[in-house]
Amino acid sequence: MLDAFGQPQSAVVLGGTSDLAGAVVRALAQRRLRTLVLAGRDEERLRSAASSAVAAGAERVSTVRFDAQDVSDAARAVDECFDVAGPVDLLLLAVGVLSHRQDELDSSATAEVVTATYSWPAVALTRAASRMSEQGYGRIVVLSSLVAVRVPRHNFVYGSAKAGLDAFSIGLGDALSGTGVIVQVVRLGRAPTKMTEGLPGAPLSTTPEAVADAVVAGLESRAQVVWVPPAARWVALARLVPQSLWRRIPG
Amino acid sequence: MPDGFRGQLLSGWGRAGATRADVQTPPDADAIVDLLSEADGRGIVARGLGRSYGDAAQCAGGTVVDTVRLAGAGAVDASGEVEVAAGTSLDTLVRHSVPDGWFLPVTPGTRQVTVGGAIASDVHGKNHHVDGGFCRHVTAMTIATPTGLRRVSHAQDGELFWATAGGMGLTGVVTSARLRMLEVDTDRMLVDTDRFVDLDGVMSAMEGGDDRYRYSVAWVDCSGPVRAKASRARGRPGVGRAVLTRGDHARAEDLPSRLRSAPSPPGRPRLGVPRCVPRGILNRASIAAFNEAWYRRAPAHREAEVQPMWRFFHPLDGVADWNRLYGRAGFLQYQFAVPPSSGDVVTAVVRELSARRIPSFLAVLKRFGPSSPGPLSFPIPGWTLALDVPLGAEGLAACLDRLDEMVAESNGRVYLAKDSRLRPDVLAVMYPRLAELSSVRRRVDPGGVVRSDLSRRLGLD
Ligand SMILES: Cc1cc2nc3c(=O)[nH]c(=O)nc-3n(C[C@H](O)[C@H](O)[C@H](O)COP(=O)(O)OP(=O)(O)OC[C@H]3O[C@@H](n4cnc5c(N)ncnc54)[C@H](O)[C@@H]3O)c2cc1C
Ligand SMILES: NC(=O)c1ccc[n+]([C@@H]2O[C@H](COP(=O)([O-])OP(=O)(O)OC[C@H]3O[C@@H](n4cnc5c(N)ncnc54)[C@H](OP(=O)(O)O)[C@@H]3O)[C@@H](O)[C@H]2O)c1
Repeated sequence: MLDAFGQPQSAVVLGGTSDLAGAVVRALAQRRLRTLVLAGRDEERLRSAASSAVAAGAERVSTVRFDAQDVSDAARAVDECFDVAGPVDLLLLAVGVLSHRQDELDSSATAEVVTATYSWPAVALTRAASRMSEQGYGRIVVLSSLVAVRVPRHNFVYGSAKAGLDAFSIGLGDALSGTGVIVQVVRLGRAPTKMTEGLPGAPLSTTPEAVADAVVAGLESRAQVVWVPPAARWVALARLVPQSLWRRIPG
Repeated sequence: MPDGFRGQLLSGWGRAGATRADVQTPPDADAIVDLLSEADGRGIVARGLGRSYGDAAQCAGGTVVDTVRLAGAGAVDASGEVEVAAGTSLDTLVRHSVPDGWFLPVTPGTRQVTVGGAIASDVHGKNHHVDGGFCRHVTAMTIATPTGLRRVSHAQDGELFWATAGGMGLTGVVTSARLRMLEVDTDRMLVDTDRFVDLDGVMSAMEGGDDRYRYSVAWVDCSGPVRAKASRARGRPGVGRAVLTRGDHARAEDLPSRLRSAPSPPGRPRLGVPRCVPRGILNRASIAAFNEAWYRRAPAHREAEVQPMWRFFHPLDGVADWNRLYGRAGFLQYQFAVPPSSGDVVTAVVRELSARRIPSFLAVLKRFGPSSPGPLSFPIPGWTLALDVPLGAEGLAACLDRLDEMVAESNGRVYLAKDSRLRPDVLAVMYPRLAELSSVRRRVDPGGVVRSDLSRRLGLD
């Protein structure tokens, strides 16, 4: 169960091999987290994420396989996670694929990014919301991005998918009002992970540890939107910049 | 809410962590046995007036048996015993019994709890050091279990009786109880008040003098270090200035003739708190100001003051829904008990809270007498301290985890009726007789359907 601080004893991570998720899991395991299901595509990486979760204090860690390119399999994957975990206090969504400027006009690259970053997560979250409604409680935390607030010129494919998932999650949270299930969206600046490796530095950047601390604090506050770093909330003002000017901002 | 999901969101008095359950209001004991025998792994648990602070009276995804319809009390017989339906509130019960001179043998700080809730938490009052807990005054009770209705007493299936006393609703639903009341002459109290500059002072006064009073309680200010003369002399700042009030029921001959009327029932709450309270009304500054004003108002020493009984026992009942003052974030109460020789843990806790600048309203300090035989009943001989803290105070979760460890190390425990955050492994250290509770539960509930959010969180299932 969740305690009064919103700290979970059991969690499912979709994107269990994500670097950011790893930092969140370590922070949670230092508190109440004991039962954990890590779901991902690569057996080897899952195994190593599982052993670092155990080292951080998790006691029962299992893994589940899925491929985020297969949207028709999303509900099955989520069901398997819930069946393995027992009641799930927290579901963390950390799946996503970054787009690259050179692929902007490549339709199959677009399909890949949009599927793994928006479609598969949206279907998975729907299934998770329904399982948690049956439980009568639960938290869903979605790792969103500052690019979802105002999609930047340089990676609009990924940005638009994140924007879609962000809006979807907010809507899902509102739809779940009264069920005992709370959806929280974490909008974060760029953090150094394998996803952002090799990218130049960005303003409002953060670290996996800061993201983890913000998730822990957000669970306690039950805020619908959590900004990391906190100053990132001002990015909302970027919506006021006219598009003619916005497209010229380098990135 | 999407179609197909029934139920109601429930939270405890602290208003954190609401979960949804199907709430049923069965009319009688037989209907409750039916609900219990139909229940499945999703669980079922009783709920009274929801005055426990945490998740004890919740069952996410399962069924919650609201006992409102189990209401009513018989006449108090010549020996002072009365049979009361378990959903009856202590407020209703005293309104019925006090005009005939019968008061509650034990009362918590509010009358807005049910008899069933008082049994399930084996509640204590300001007289625990003399009279013990609530269940010591329960001579028999009827419990609906998944395997049928059982009437139990100290002598008849005492094992189930005591597992239920303080058992947090985990043995089934109490439907009715026989209670031995306390005879009183008037509705006044004779109260002695003393003010202390620090915790050491009040604790030694309590050790030395509590036995002369039926009721004793001290209010302690945890809101900041106070540099008191006495403790400065010992080279450290004093913590926890305090006001100690002790007394007993006044007999008619103790009072001037104009106050000698027969006992009368309590008034209704006069104040309420609006649904929406602006954020942050209760913050460090407002809490410290309140604590300061309260301390200044108390006399340094006063004897045999005549006080109305209802104000003495239930000062908070004058304000309805005061828990809303804490706003949307909610709050929690931390209450622990430690053995008599571990008074230093009380001081260490108050010191820790004031050092970390965790805003806390007046804490309540009491001495407990002997425990009851219940394996999950909270009171143990020694000290108990209870304090309210708003959620959202920085570092609170980790701070309370450290306090738990201190309490557990000194063979103390925290009170489950107030808990919403304890760790299961620490629970087992604090309550070493959990196996006795499990064995009774296996007997009366072989399917393991009686469970709550609290029992799941604490690994009691
Ligand atoms: C302002 C305030 C002051 C308080 N002061 C004190 C105090 O001085 N001393 C003290 O000991 N406590 C105190 N409490 C705590 C309170 O007395 C207990 O939490 C009590 O159990 C609440 O009763 P309830 O009817 O509201 O029960 P609920 O909060 O609804 O339920 C509490 C527990 O009792 C179980 N339960 C309820 N009814 C039944 C039943 N019929 N059969 C079996 N199980 C049942 C529930 O399953 C749950 O586990 C205080 C609480 C408040 C809000
Ligand atoms: N890092 C940042 O700056 C930043 C900023 C804002 C938002 N985010 C979001 O944070 C989340 C985590 O990102 P991260 O930085 O931790 O990067 P990451 O380590 O690359 O995590 C991305 C996760 O998605 C998984 N994934 C991608 N494609 C998949 C597929 N087809 N099937 C199954 N799993 C797939 C990855 O699995 P593999 O390990 O197998 O590749 C990995 O677990 C993402 O949603 C990202 O959009 C990150």
